[in-house]
Amino acid sequence: MTKQNSGITRYLFALMVFVSVYSSQAWALTPQQKAILSTGDNDTRIAALNQVSAEGDVSAIPYLQAILDDAIKLKDKQIFMVGDSAVTDVLTGKEVELPEDAEDIINNNQMRGELDATIASLNLLSTDTKVRLESAKSLLGTDPSAGRLALIKKVEATEEDSKVKATLAQVRASIEISSPDKATRLAAVDELGDSANPNNKQILASRLEADGEQDPEVKEAIQAALKSIENHMATYDKIGQVFTGISLGSILLLAALGLAVTYGLMGVINMAHGEMMMIGAYATYIVQNLFLHYLPNYFGWYLILSIPFAFMVTAIIGVIIERLVLRHLYGRPLETLLATWGVSLMLMQLVRSVFGAQNVSVENPSWMSGGLQLTANLILPNNRIYIIAFAALVLLMMWLLITKTRLGLFIRAVTQNRGMASCTGVNTSKVDAMAFGLGSGIAGLAGVALSQVGNVGPALGQSYIVDSFMVVVLGGVGQLAGAVYAAMGLGIVSKFLEGIAGAVLAKIFVLVIIIIFIQKRPQGLFAFKGRSLD
Amino acid sequence: MVEQKISESGATTSISAGHILQPGVLDTSHGVVLYMEDITVSFDGFRALNNLSLAIDVGELRCIIGPNGAGKTTLQDVITGKTRPDSGSVFFGQTLDCSKMTEPQIAQAGIGRKFQKPTVFENHTVFENLELAIKANKGVWNSLFGKLTGEQKDRISEILETINLASLYQWRAGLLSHGQKQWLEIGMLLAQEPRLLLLDEPVAGMTDHETERTAELLNSLAGKHSLMVVEHDMDFVNSIARKVTVLHQGSVLAEGTMDQVQNNEQVIEVYLGR
Amino acid sequence: MKFTSISGLYDSRSWLYLGIATAVLCLLFPIMNMLVPEGSIFHISDYTVALSGKILCYAIVALAIDLVWGYTGILSLGHGLFFAIGGYAFGMYLMRQIGHDGSYHSDLPDFMVFLDWKAYPWYWKFTDHFWYAMLLVVLVPGVLAFIFGYFAFRSRIKGVYFSIITQAMTYAFMLLFFRNETGFGGNNGFTDFKRLLGYDITTPHMRLVLFVLTGLTLITLLLVSRAIVSSKFGRVLTAIRDAESRVMFSGYNPLHYKLAIWTFSAMVCGIAGALYVPQVGIINPSEMSPSNSIEIAIWAAVGGRGTLIGPLVGAGVVNGMKSYFTEAFPEYWLYFLGLLFVLSTLYLPQGVLGLVNKIKAKKIAKAQAIAAQTEGA
Repeated sequence: MTKQNSGITRYLFALMVFVSVYSSQAWALTPQQKAILSTGDNDTRIAALNQVSAEGDVSAIPYLQAILDDAIKLKDKQIFMVGDSAVTDVLTGKEVELPEDAEDIINNNQMRGELDATIASLNLLSTDTKVRLESAKSLLGTDPSAGRLALIKKVEATEEDSKVKATLAQVRASIEISSPDKATRLAAVDELGDSANPNNKQILASRLEADGEQDPEVKEAIQAALKSIENHMATYDKIGQVFTGISLGSILLLAALGLAVTYGLMGVINMAHGEMMMIGAYATYIVQNLFLHYLPNYFGWYLILSIPFAFMVTAIIGVIIERLVLRHLYGRPLETLLATWGVSLMLMQLVRSVFGAQNVSVENPSWMSGGLQLTANLILPNNRIYIIAFAALVLLMMWLLITKTRLGLFIRAVTQNRGMASCTGVNTSKVDAMAFGLGSGIAGLAGVALSQVGNVGPALGQSYIVDSFMVVVLGGVGQLAGAVYAAMGLGIVSKFLEGIAGAVLAKIFVLVIIIIFIQKRPQGLFAFKGRSLD
Repeated sequence: MVEQKISESGATTSISAGHILQPGVLDTSHGVVLYMEDITVSFDGFRALNNLSLAIDVGELRCIIGPNGAGKTTLQDVITGKTRPDSGSVFFGQTLDCSKMTEPQIAQAGIGRKFQKPTVFENHTVFENLELAIKANKGVWNSLFGKLTGEQKDRISEILETINLASLYQWRAGLLSHGQKQWLEIGMLLAQEPRLLLLDEPVAGMTDHETERTAELLNSLAGKHSLMVVEHDMDFVNSIARKVTVLHQGSVLAEGTMDQVQNNEQVIEVYLGR
Repeated sequence: MKFTSISGLYDSRSWLYLGIATAVLCLLFPIMNMLVPEGSIFHISDYTVALSGKILCYAIVALAIDLVWGYTGILSLGHGLFFAIGGYAFGMYLMRQIGHDGSYHSDLPDFMVFLDWKAYPWYWKFTDHFWYAMLLVVLVPGVLAFIFGYFAFRSRIKGVYFSIITQAMTYAFMLLFFRNETGFGGNNGFTDFKRLLGYDITTPHMRLVLFVLTGLTLITLLLVSRAIVSSKFGRVLTAIRDAESRVMFSGYNPLHYKLAIWTFSAMVCGIAGALYVPQVGIINPSEMSPSNSIEIAIWAAVGGRGTLIGPLVGAGVVNGMKSYFTEAFPEYWLYFLGLLFVLSTLYLPQGVLGLVNKIKAKKIAKAQAIAAQTEGA
């Protein structure tokens, strides 16, 4: 009883001082106010802070910040503010020398929290939307204080920016949840439950603790609200998984698209396909380093330039392989498999000798980092979004090339009936070389994409070769559509299974599923139906 | 009464008052060795066989002619089980449903097929080719531990004589000429002792002399065996044909003796020309 | 049931060579290792014995793959899996034999103690019995191959598709065995063996015994394989390789034949694996890596498939070079291996043995031509 009395007494006293002070000066902290904020016990100081925020005195911010920054020192009855150039006596406003035995103000954690929150709530009055948004966000999850509530409500009513308004509503609800009025509490619970914000979960859950909510009706409402939030979060989680699945699918698609040309159209099993991707990634690394050295201001552009560069490099290597090795092995798929495996070993060792066996670092340019925040717990990374778009673009260009250009026509002719194509004047060996170069070039592009989402090392190709072949086997030979569907399907299914069973088991399941699928439909998802002798 | 009737079954051409059909055993008691009824086969929308019905009698030598794309090879694919019909039924004898059997089963039941392009085992000798084809237990165990009986060896020698390759029995089949390979394949077919032989363009690429010999051979086979011969060479067809079936766009256009067919208006328009 | 007479398998010249090879393996090697003093040029070091034993195991695997690839036309790029499983099966027995001599002095192998397991999982039961382990060595790869082969051959998966599926199979198992929870030692596998049938496994004596055993197994399996391919069964296999449709229309069921040789081949690999593990002293999941299985195929290709002897030669040559290179010029080994793949497929489709035969045939043809000339003249 006594303690309460003295507490209330102090509060009343402070209030009296404030009222007297407040009535004299409208929009600035008086020296007395400053004194109260810097000295005395915490309860008084906090009460003073509340008053400041209730009044919305924005000019108080620098002083409050100074307290936080330990720039205010005390000695006897004097208060000193240590500025950049000079020390001022707070009460008189004059410049003085800082006495050597001046003490720091003791701000414990609670005090710091309150100072932060008061500054934030004052910032809500700022004209800069960004500042308001940041401040609103920072108020989430702080201890609710009635004084701040008034300010927040005031700002919310007049706020025009929707994001800030929504955040303010959230903050207000998180304070109102402890309101003595039941109706207000219920309304606040409803509001908090409607969103998918995990922070709200915390707030609601803490109300369910022993010293929190007592009313059973409100308790029930809180349970329901919690469930609703969890459901929302689960949905967003699923969406996130689907997105990651699509992203993985788009990478698989890029990897498999090149293979769809070389194997699907030409019937060549290229075990060095993974190494083409690896070389594309290393090409990106080279371009990145060139930009770092010579054009550091345009660093963000290195990725754009890597695309044609990687394509060229891998396409040329592909043509060389075709001329030297594959040309002699057409019609013998098992031999091409073995020969290209040999090529892949040599390529890997070459890269190891030149660049070292360790991984090299390829950084995302700034416009690729960050993400698109859809909700509180769902962020879609930018680099993945760009890669999906890139894969779609490459697919489109491939399709256009194969169906609309002369080269595409020749490739289709040669793969369907080499003899006849040759009779009609198509230079089949040139077409072979170009088709294989095209397939390898696309693999190079896949490598560029991979360099942005994963590690770049000599063994990069190895981890994708099994997956790429699975895509082609699943999708069927002879059509691009099959490769697309198979890649997407595999990507999404892999990610889902990963969420359930972990990466290794997911991979095993996927392989087993493919093996079983092939039993039922050996020609893949899309394949030419027709008569064949064998 | 019933016992009497059962004991009469199995005879190929005798007409009995009735008998109990035994599944899994070739039954040609009604004189027909192959029934095809309303067979339809489509590939990706293209109808290769269109409600085709055909029957071949026991001991008959039937020629199938028709323009390209008429469905002749698909017809043989369906009989040997290589392609399953979308609808319709194909029966070998009374009891054996070809659409439900696998290719090896159909071969073992007694249907032998010779392909358009001679498919012999190029890396084996002529003798080994025949040894592999000869009617025998074709299971794994027997192949590991069994040996050729004297009877089988005699049969192989006989066939070697018939197909005129007796002196070349040690040659690798890949070294034979085209015509010789055709003959080897026919020989392999004979070794199987099939009840029904399906021959797809047996004289393609043969010299006149070889063609004559082939006609002789096929004529001598008719009666003991039933034959279905698909051919383009009209002279050859003339020299062997008794009954001819003309196929067009997947179904039977006309059927009859060579004369009848050659004078059929539709056939002339579609295929033979004036 | 009559067996073709064993002596009919090879002509007398070949029997002579075979006899010499057996003598070299079973008599010469042991003498030169045990009786000839070190320092003499005729001494074969323990290291050479171990290396040769390892290569002999690989030769057995090459034999297995020749049966399915050279003779039946099925290119398996997953045979390393059967080899590794045979190795693991025997490895289980060897791990049991460590007894209490492991670092933790417990009944369980070290890696199980490390994982906090209290007892052996059910699939480890009875593996402390030698004969049971032997049974596993043959049965587990066999059953696995049978199941996989049944489903694959039944749906008529052929050629390159089949090869890719076998890669997927071995890859999946490798991932599985890398996990600690699978109970096979995770990525460390089994190692630190102490005893076999009561005898210390690390002595040179034991090395030699295993070496001779491997050699004898190789020769026995070679004769068995020779019997198989010389029989009608073997001819059906090559017929399947050359013209499977004709084989079907001649009344054979290719599924049965393929399955039979495939399963047999897997069991042979399992045996090779079981002989490999005590000689090398370790088995881990990297034996199941896809690249291992592809290398197996190259031994057969380099040596000459479809000859049985060729792949043995190929295995010996390639692995011999591997040992040499990885010691002398490690950075160049992969270039060499890669080049070997490329050159052998381009220029040596029949392998080394094929080349030798071609040269022989040319010589004979030349001699005949000269004889004909002299006769005519």
